[in-house]
Order: sequence, then structure tokens, then C-alpha cells
Amino acid sequence: MSETLQIVFALFVAAMMVAGSLFSLVASIGLVRFPDLYTRMHSASKAGTVGSGLLLLAVGIHSGDLATFGRACAGIVFFILTAPVAAHLLARAAHKAGYPLSDVSVRDDMSK
Amino acid sequence: MTPELIVEIASRFALAVLVLATLLTVWRVVVGPTLPDRVVALDMLVGIVIGFIAVIALRSGYTLYIDIAIALGLVGFLATIAFARFILARAAARDTLSDGSPAPAAPKPATGNEPSAKARGRKAARGSANTVGTRQVITGKRGK
Repeated sequence: MSETLQIVFALFVAAMMVAGSLFSLVASIGLVRFPDLYTRMHSASKAGTVGSGLLLLAVGIHSGDLATFGRACAGIVFFILTAPVAAHLLARAAHKAGYPLSDVSVRDDMSK
Repeated sequence: MTPELIVEIASRFALAVLVLATLLTVWRVVVGPTLPDRVVALDMLVGIVIGFIAVIALRSGYTLYIDIAIALGLVGFLATIAFARFILARAAARDTLSDGSPAPAAPKPATGNEPSAKARGRKAARGSANTVGTRQVITGKRGK
């Protein structure tokens, strides 16, 4: 690899790491700032998954090894598959248990 | 600017930002105010720790850490599911309590953050065979 290509490659990995950590930060800010459980879940399960997925992808690319890249991709696929399932189960359990929505919510389709 | 320096600076920045995210999430775990809020924050904490593990794997070169991250994700997923089942079971225990005998220490949710009683009617057919056991548990929990 030439010198320029290596620098571009490193910049790519660095951008992915910075973006992933910032996604995690945005998710935790949403977790603190949102008004009720359901909106907090929306922040944590989407932005949080993207954040850790981007960081794992950065490791897989930086290693330059196909086996490591494959394991990182397997991890990302696993998180993308499990995060919505966990969030759905938790939201459903909380709604069935009667935890209220915040006052700014305009609609609750499960309230019948 | 060598490539190693670029990756080094970016990984240090990522570690700092992840520390900030961890602190914010821990604040949500501590403050609550309800149990599902804490469960969501713990789920998020698992995601942040996976990010930490990824950055450490990149800095140290031990790519075996990725397997640990996958295992941690599996444990976090199962923990969240177990907590969801627990929230459902706790609500069911509370409902059988309020539908059974007129317990003197029957917990009435006072604050707006605690679960309301609107889900009680659905669980009316569950009977109250184990009311005594659940009552002790519930009053113990509500005595905070």
C-alpha cells in the first residue's frame, strides 16, 4: 500500500470511530433528556445500536484480516437483530404493566 | 501525519466521548424514576461497553476482544428479556393482590411515575391462590 492510501484508510477508520462514539453519546443524551420510558427506549435502541455497530465495523476494517472483519460483521448483525426484539418486549411489558406515557404523547394505539 | 497517529487520536477521542456517554447513562440508571427506565439504561450501558471493547481491541491489536463483545451482547439481550418478563410478572402479582381480598396495605400508586391501575381489569380472571405470598413481597417493595 502506498503512503497516501494508508492515510486515507486511517482517516476512514478514524471517521468511523468518531461517528460511532458520537452516536453513542447522542443516544445517552436522548436517554437523559426524553420525557418518558417509551421515547427513551426509542433513543437507546436505535442510536445505541448504530454506535456500537460502527465501532465494531471500525475494528473489523482496521485489522485488515478477513476473519476479524467477518466476526465484527457477525456481531453487528447480531446486535441489529436483537436490539429491536429486546426493546419491543420491554415496551410491551411496561405498557401492559400500566406505566404511563408522558403528557406530550398524542396517541396510544395499545390503550384499548 | 502518519496513519498510526490518526488512528491514535481518533481512538482517544472515541474513548473520551464514550466515557461521557457512560456517565450520562449511569445517571439515568441511578435517577430512574421507574424500573423500566433503569432497564433501558442498563441495555444502553451494555451497548456502550461493547463500543469500549471495540475501541480497546483496535488500540491494543487483540482482535479476540470482538468475541467477548459478541458474548456481552448476548448476555445483555438475555438480561433485558428477563427484566421484561420480571416487569410483567410483578404487574400480574400486583393485580391479583388488588383483585383478591381487600388488603389493608394494598398499594395504591400515588406518584405519576408509578404504574397506574388501568391494567388491573384484564388480569381479573387469574384468581388469587397465592395472594398471601405476593402480598408480603409487594408490601416489602413498596415500603421504600
